[in-house]
Amino acid sequence: MASVLVFIDVPGLPLPRASRELLTIARGLGEPAVASPRALDDDVLQALGAYGVGAVYEPEGVLPDVLVAAKAAFLADAVRAAEPAAVLLGNSFEDREVAARVGVKLNSGVITDAVAVAPDLSVTKSVLAGSYTSTCRVQSGVPVITVKANSVEPAPADAPAAPERRRLAVSHAGPAARVTGRTEKRVSGRPELSEARVIVAGGRGMDGNFGPVEELADVLGGAVGASRAATDAGWIEHSAQVGQTGKTVSPQLYISAGISGAIQQKAGMQTAKVIVAINKDPDAPVFEIADFGIVGDVFSVLPQATEEIQKRRS
Amino acid sequence: MQESKRPLNIVVLVKHVPDAQFDRHLSGPGHTLDRSDSILSELDEYALEAALQLAEARGGQAAGNMVTALTMGPEAAVNAVKKALQMGAYQGVHINDAALPGSDAAATSLVLAAAVRHAVGGGSGLPDLVVAGMSSTDGETSLVPAQLAERLQLAQITFASELEVHDDDDDGAVVVRARRDGDSYSETLEAPLPALVSVTDQANDPRYPNFKGIMAAKKKTVTVLSLQDLGIDPAQVGQDGSWTTVAASAPRPPRSAGTIITDDGTAGVALVDYLAAQKLI
Repeated sequence: MASVLVFIDVPGLPLPRASRELLTIARGLGEPAVASPRALDDDVLQALGAYGVGAVYEPEGVLPDVLVAAKAAFLADAVRAAEPAAVLLGNSFEDREVAARVGVKLNSGVITDAVAVAPDLSVTKSVLAGSYTSTCRVQSGVPVITVKANSVEPAPADAPAAPERRRLAVSHAGPAARVTGRTEKRVSGRPELSEARVIVAGGRGMDGNFGPVEELADVLGGAVGASRAATDAGWIEHSAQVGQTGKTVSPQLYISAGISGAIQQKAGMQTAKVIVAINKDPDAPVFEIADFGIVGDVFSVLPQATEEIQKRRS
Repeated sequence: MQESKRPLNIVVLVKHVPDAQFDRHLSGPGHTLDRSDSILSELDEYALEAALQLAEARGGQAAGNMVTALTMGPEAAVNAVKKALQMGAYQGVHINDAALPGSDAAATSLVLAAAVRHAVGGGSGLPDLVVAGMSSTDGETSLVPAQLAERLQLAQITFASELEVHDDDDDGAVVVRARRDGDSYSETLEAPLPALVSVTDQANDPRYPNFKGIMAAKKKTVTVLSLQDLGIDPAQVGQDGSWTTVAASAPRPPRSAGTIITDDGTAGVALVDYLAAQKLI
């Protein structure tokens, strides 16, 4: 059976859900193998084995700390070595750029935003910010596919494998930007927005106070999102923005608080499984797509819900 | 020392995209986007503004800087270039060829790579900078800037929220410095020119075309190029020349409104009841 090569950057333990999803999809298509841009610890290797990974490709030395180019050069070399039936990556900005450059290096078609990959390697993806679904195929080279988080339920293999390490000499990356400084942001303990299964998002109606949004997100184990109006107003950092010019998300549950739901905002979240909307204005467009809508004041509804969840859990 | 700075040659990628304020549709055998009601992509305005500011900081057009707005697309796509000229771009290039519709990111980047070289030195040279928006608002794949960087072998800085070009006084090298914000960290980046940079909507506040700009734009040149001008075989582009193909597309079934209640003081509890019934808590 042909291998399916999964690019996983920094798979620390526990393995992130998005990585486990990619490995689960790969196992359904062939024999999963992993390309990791840095050498992995033995316990990470073992965790990958639990998902049926038979081989792990690592660079022989340490890759230079440059943007994208070195990782793309490494992954292209790994693809040449593994000769897989397909290459899978996550759907983050960086993963998509690595995919983009690998595609050019290997004359291979790249498909992004996949939500499903069929055994014949046809890809289902959401396009136009979730308003359309399309089926695409790669017609040149090895299909390179970036898959959105929350596309499948991750499941370990029936029988674990013992992955074999394969170290690769990596081709020169070519001209690249150097990282000259890196500041870690305050760690919130919340999941990443693009991978979160629950998102509570606030908008103009939060009037500068995101406390109730954050408290409900925390009690639900979710991420905090925001409309452009809220990030432009400086109430919350820009990386929280959901929508046409921010992040598109597809969580199990999206709670929209004080957001009217202009088309750009809807575009970012309309593939959520369940949408809950709270807004003072009964005519807010968000109610047209909400599974459960509350016409009311976010400053009473959100805290009451948070308190009720805490009460039921205690 | 303003006068010692060497002028920059900057190419800005601009795109004519359907206005996201309205519903958008795929149609036809290639499942391509209906491009009526199109505008200059909002995200490309930040790219153009960034380029204009960099050029103006070095004395603008009078000091030999060049800012070229480049687009690829059908007849109407020239409107994106015209808007860019009104905002202040110095010249425009429009790649228009009957073989192009349906091109995927790989084919698009192939054509753009040839056009960037053509726009600069008749096919021989590279600009100092290629500037793009963070994403198109139609295809949304974010593949084209990275593929263009790969094809032209340019250092790549994407999603910059701050941008400056710095002249190193010691050895005369010119570098681009940028900052970008990820979810968990913020980075500073540096690349030697030539480089490709994409900027986010945090990078600046794009200017509006004023009357003077609109009048001045009428005198600016838009060069129209065909695939033949660029030396590209039509078989490498369009639906047949692309490395990916769209077999089917369908609008998502519209979401219908569900239950809507008005808060009578217990809506928070009702919300939790609903989440529990949906097994979401």
